[in-house]
Amino acid sequence: MNWFGQKRSAQSAKERLQLVLIHDRTDLTPAELDSLKDELIEVISRHVDIDASAVQIDVEHDGRSQRLIADIPLRSVTRRRAG
Amino acid sequence: MTAQVITISSGKGGVGKTTAVANIAVALAMDGAKVVCIDGDIGLRNLDVVMGLENRIVYDLVDVIEGRCKLRQAMIRDKHYNELYLIPAAQTRDKSAVSPSDMTRLCNELRPEVDYVFIDSPAGIERGFRNAIAPADRVLVVTNPEVSAVRDADRVIGILEAEEKRSPALILNRLNPALVKQHDMLSAEDVLDLLGIQLIGIVPEDENVIVGSNRGVPVAQDSKSRAGQAFRNIAKRLKGEEVPFIDLEKQPGLWDRIQKMAGGRKA
Ligand SMILES: Nc1ncnc2c1ncn2[C@@H]1O[C@H](COP(=O)(O)OP(=O)(O)OP(=O)(O)O)[C@@H](O)[C@H]1O
Ligand SMILES: [Mg+2]
Repeated sequence: MNWFGQKRSAQSAKERLQLVLIHDRTDLTPAELDSLKDELIEVISRHVDIDASAVQIDVEHDGRSQRLIADIPLRSVTRRRAG
Repeated sequence: MTAQVITISSGKGGVGKTTAVANIAVALAMDGAKVVCIDGDIGLRNLDVVMGLENRIVYDLVDVIEGRCKLRQAMIRDKHYNELYLIPAAQTRDKSAVSPSDMTRLCNELRPEVDYVFIDSPAGIERGFRNAIAPADRVLVVTNPEVSAVRDADRVIGILEAEEKRSPALILNRLNPALVKQHDMLSAEDVLDLLGIQLIGIVPEDENVIVGSNRGVPVAQDSKSRAGQAFRNIAKRLKGEEVPFIDLEKQPGLWDRIQKMAGGRKA
């Protein structure tokens, strides 16, 4: 941080590049990631009760390989039967 | 002899490909290797002026490929090193005059004759770039610590991966240690973390590089230049020698981590 509470520019460059590279490498735009998240929530909700507002989907990278990480909190353990 | 064919590429223009080819080639020639540099930037010939050989050109790459001269006749001998040669690009033709298989054939003809063949790739990811990487045993990707150069380097690395080429190594050029220190330039560590490939050299921003190209004498020949030193180190690493990275940033601890990351990520 500098005196104006701004991030130093190297930090911004790195964070912006991290996002851009994920999308360049996967051909997945932020909008597509959002709709993927909505559909996932829909499908999973058909089977278990989840906290839709807390679902997180991110792309993580390790070296040049990338993975989709989904964190989907389940609501209490009340069982429900399908159908 | 069986030459290693090394292509220097970048995606983005103006990041230092031609400078790197001239300097690494000179550094290897200084150490007694037999080296041929091919200017692959057809229509935008440049390696000749950077090496100071522009007045000696008679034949060019396209003349060889189209059979107007023998390979030997298009190889211009360097002024200082007897075993360093340049095959210049054609200036009045376009990239479609050469195909990837032409380049592969030409390099196969050179392989038994020399130790190293360097190909200076044009910017971009089109035909000229495809021609330049086709015969490569190794690709070195040049970038600058700057957003658009890093992004374009990532595209090139992705294409090389898709082509199932051996994983490329990175040359980080024009690093300004003072700017890195004040956190206004991506550090070597940042760039390596973003691109996830092996590092082969960090070259500082150095005005001697420009003085050198003004004169047609690459800085690798200047024992006092920091960039020259960095290019000589890259040449040694290409030969398989272990050379520690120069501590440009002078931040304790940081350099150790870079030395480790430079070994390449296994993931
Ligand atoms: N380490 C450095 N320090 C200072 N100047 C540099 C350095 N490296 C390259 N330059 C300068 O940057 C400019 C571009 O370099 P160069 O021509 O090698 O880039 P290039 O990638 O080959 O460009 P192109 O894509 O147009 O072929 C030149 O003026 C060169 O002198
Ligand atoms: Mg060039």
